[in-house]
Amino acid sequence: MKTQSQISLPRRRFVQGLALGAAGLGLGLNARQLLASQGHTGAPTLTGDTFHLTLGGTDVNITGKTRPATTINGSIPGPTLRWKEGDTITLKVTNLLPETSSIHWHGILLPFQMDGVPGLSFDGIAPGETFTYRFTVKQSGTYWYHSHSGFQEQTGIYGAIVIDPREAATHTEAHYHADRDEVILLSDWSDEDPQHIYATLKKLSHYYNFNERTVFDTLSDFRNKGVIETLKDRQMWNSMRMSQSDLADVTGYTYTYLMNGQSPANNWTCRFKPGERIRLRFINASAMTFFDIRIPGLDMTVVAMDGQPVNPVDFHECRLGVAETLDVIVAPKADQAYTLFAQSIDRSGFVRGTLTPDAALSAAVPDMDAPPPLGHTEMGMGAMDHQASGHQSMGHQSMSHGAMDHDGMKMGDMKHHGTSPARPVPFAVDSNNPDLPPRDSAIEHPASEFGPGVDMRAMAPGDMLADPGIGLRDRPWKVLTYADMETLGSTPDNPIDSLQADREIVLHLTGNMDRYMWSFNGIKFADSVPLELFHHERVRITLVNDTMMTHPIHLHGLWSDLELGNGKLLRKHTITVKPGEKLSYLVRADALGRWAYHCHLLYHMEAGMFREVRVVDGSTTPSMPDTQTQGLHDTHGKDHGGHRS
Amino acid sequence: MKTLMTLLAGSITLAATSPALAMNKNEPRFTRVIVDQLEARDSDEGTVMAWEASGWHGGDLNKLYFSTEGERLMDPEHDGEDASTEAAETRLAWNRAFAPFWDWQLGVRRDWQPDDPNRDWASIGVQGAAPYLFEVDANLFIGEEGLTNLRLEAEYELLLTQKWILVPEIEANLYGKDDPELGIGDGLASLEAGLRLRYEIRREIAPYIGVNWEKQYGDTADMTRAAGGKTEEGTVVAGIRFWF
Repeated sequence: MKTQSQISLPRRRFVQGLALGAAGLGLGLNARQLLASQGHTGAPTLTGDTFHLTLGGTDVNITGKTRPATTINGSIPGPTLRWKEGDTITLKVTNLLPETSSIHWHGILLPFQMDGVPGLSFDGIAPGETFTYRFTVKQSGTYWYHSHSGFQEQTGIYGAIVIDPREAATHTEAHYHADRDEVILLSDWSDEDPQHIYATLKKLSHYYNFNERTVFDTLSDFRNKGVIETLKDRQMWNSMRMSQSDLADVTGYTYTYLMNGQSPANNWTCRFKPGERIRLRFINASAMTFFDIRIPGLDMTVVAMDGQPVNPVDFHECRLGVAETLDVIVAPKADQAYTLFAQSIDRSGFVRGTLTPDAALSAAVPDMDAPPPLGHTEMGMGAMDHQASGHQSMGHQSMSHGAMDHDGMKMGDMKHHGTSPARPVPFAVDSNNPDLPPRDSAIEHPASEFGPGVDMRAMAPGDMLADPGIGLRDRPWKVLTYADMETLGSTPDNPIDSLQADREIVLHLTGNMDRYMWSFNGIKFADSVPLELFHHERVRITLVNDTMMTHPIHLHGLWSDLELGNGKLLRKHTITVKPGEKLSYLVRADALGRWAYHCHLLYHMEAGMFREVRVVDGSTTPSMPDTQTQGLHDTHGKDHGGHRS
Repeated sequence: MKTLMTLLAGSITLAATSPALAMNKNEPRFTRVIVDQLEARDSDEGTVMAWEASGWHGGDLNKLYFSTEGERLMDPEHDGEDASTEAAETRLAWNRAFAPFWDWQLGVRRDWQPDDPNRDWASIGVQGAAPYLFEVDANLFIGEEGLTNLRLEAEYELLLTQKWILVPEIEANLYGKDDPELGIGDGLASLEAGLRLRYEIRREIAPYIGVNWEKQYGDTADMTRAAGGKTEEGTVVAGIRFWF
């Protein structure tokens, strides 16, 4: 089976770690076992209210080459931390690395001094020093932790956090019951020094993309689509000077994808008894990789996302963004093995594991899909244009609603304002902050977007919450989307927090792929000023993705309540924004302090897609914009489908 | 020129890439050197080695740019000729990004000629990617005694596969004034076109083969003919391209 999947791989795809598997078996040990004593999840589980974590340098052999890594207590991933809601916990983190380090508790609500971001929360942990984190756990669910210093997250400083609810059965419904509980932590490993990866991207941004369009693709399009259609299509891409295959910056060419620290060859395995209900806690702890996850032959039921319980939904596949977590229940009845399959968004590699009742049983590993070409949707020319086959001309921007209706969704109603606000929500305007210019609408591009750092701007960004995303649109099975989920206990009549916003902040996700520059509103972190939120205010953040890449946007310390329309909310800590997408979420600024706000693709963050958010004491009714802005703003509710020219 | 060269060397050694921090507000600088052509040309005079290399050092928007190109006769076919550098030029410029796909350059150029006088120029130019991803480089050089040289270059990378890449390129040189010492007349002086097929063993290393064609025009061609030289030559080339 292994051999078969190896042979069927086209040459341009890379799956590393296969050779090692064979070698490891021969020696009777594998990379994981060389690293540390191994729990079932590839990392030991630590429980209690006091934890000692040591960050150090360790050599690892994941691909067949011994390479330096950074580890927590000697392992990759670090230990799984099991906390209990309501406990006050103490974490002593000792840094034995020769450089400053830190640990950030991703998605955890805590005082900002405990958030672990050097430069914002504290100075970082100097070499040889121990920093003591102490805070009370105010939530439950699946989270994770990682270094927020340099590229240490890429080289191994990450681990899972599982928080048990105060009441053992908060959600007594049968849906949420599980007999077995497993962490499935996905990550990406490279033998290259991440500093070198970053430098390489700056020198030749498509270095890791071996799926570029060739002359033969064009010839084949001539035959299949006709010369005229092909030339029209090519004309569009070529005039924009964009690559149609730019799905991932760093790919399987250098990455080996890991499941609980195991390469595909090592095949992380979980034993179960047929009839058991298993809770799988998926965590995407990658530096740069979106994973499409499925278990052929097995239905999954989502019960929580980003640690927060959601109404259960059955599905077969989902795209998990970097830093997101997803809890699913599976109930394999049959006495057979199943493959946990997670392929990267650009289909350059995958990782797999096995759920099996018997160590002797294994299941087939599916082939990776062909890499999907980017389409009009990704160019920001209109959401959910499924075919992207050149039927629409560049001027035709109103297809999104029609295409959505085709999915049976009432997207026309999916305005930001689930319940009619008493007055229009003002756009935040601040003459001292170039991120907050006066605007006519959310999709208006601020002046700062017109410069060498921004290579494209979406012309007609739209709602894509129900869009499974590129490469998953034509699946014959159910692909989970944000629109399917709703935070448990939140109803339009009685939401978890107000649906009304005091202010609206608009940020465009921007970049220049060729120069490898990434930013918000065309302004990189180095040139930015902090975004100020007033303590306790409710802010709507609208994001417009003006790039052709998918970005997972993470706000530290505060919940991001994604607005699904009709008063539905999905409470998250990291929100994936697809190319050409516009979405909004509500944030309650209920924690004072300095917080990081950034794209969770590590090299995008490093390149400047990062902001400081400051929650400050101040008026809870922030200054209203002048009447002119307010007047302009009356049209805001109607700009949804991208009618602006 | 010497001062600038020292400056260039100094700044490269000083600012090796600094370790990145998530909260780093200082922009890291990078250095890239690319030897685009290092090749042997099968010319009538014998084997000619030709090179074209450039490098930059800097951040996203501002870079120090350096380039060199030239030809050297390696083993002359005719007795009495020595291996010698026929011509070489070096350039140093400040490279500034001004648009998503375009940079402008402000700098200096020196032409090195073994027998004839060297020439120094100030340069102003733009380089970047035109629609359809043509790499374009246009420079105006202003020399001593009112000499001007407009150089237009374009190149395209045609992917046959992910690793086999065909690169057509063309270069035109126009002059504003005769330079009799160097045998150059005003107007269009020369065209050069190349077609190279390379195989990227890795992204960084690619051997290639190809053809190169040069032709002189106008007064320049007349002066060359008068001196008994050839005004047109096509050569087969083989070489290696690499960068780091």
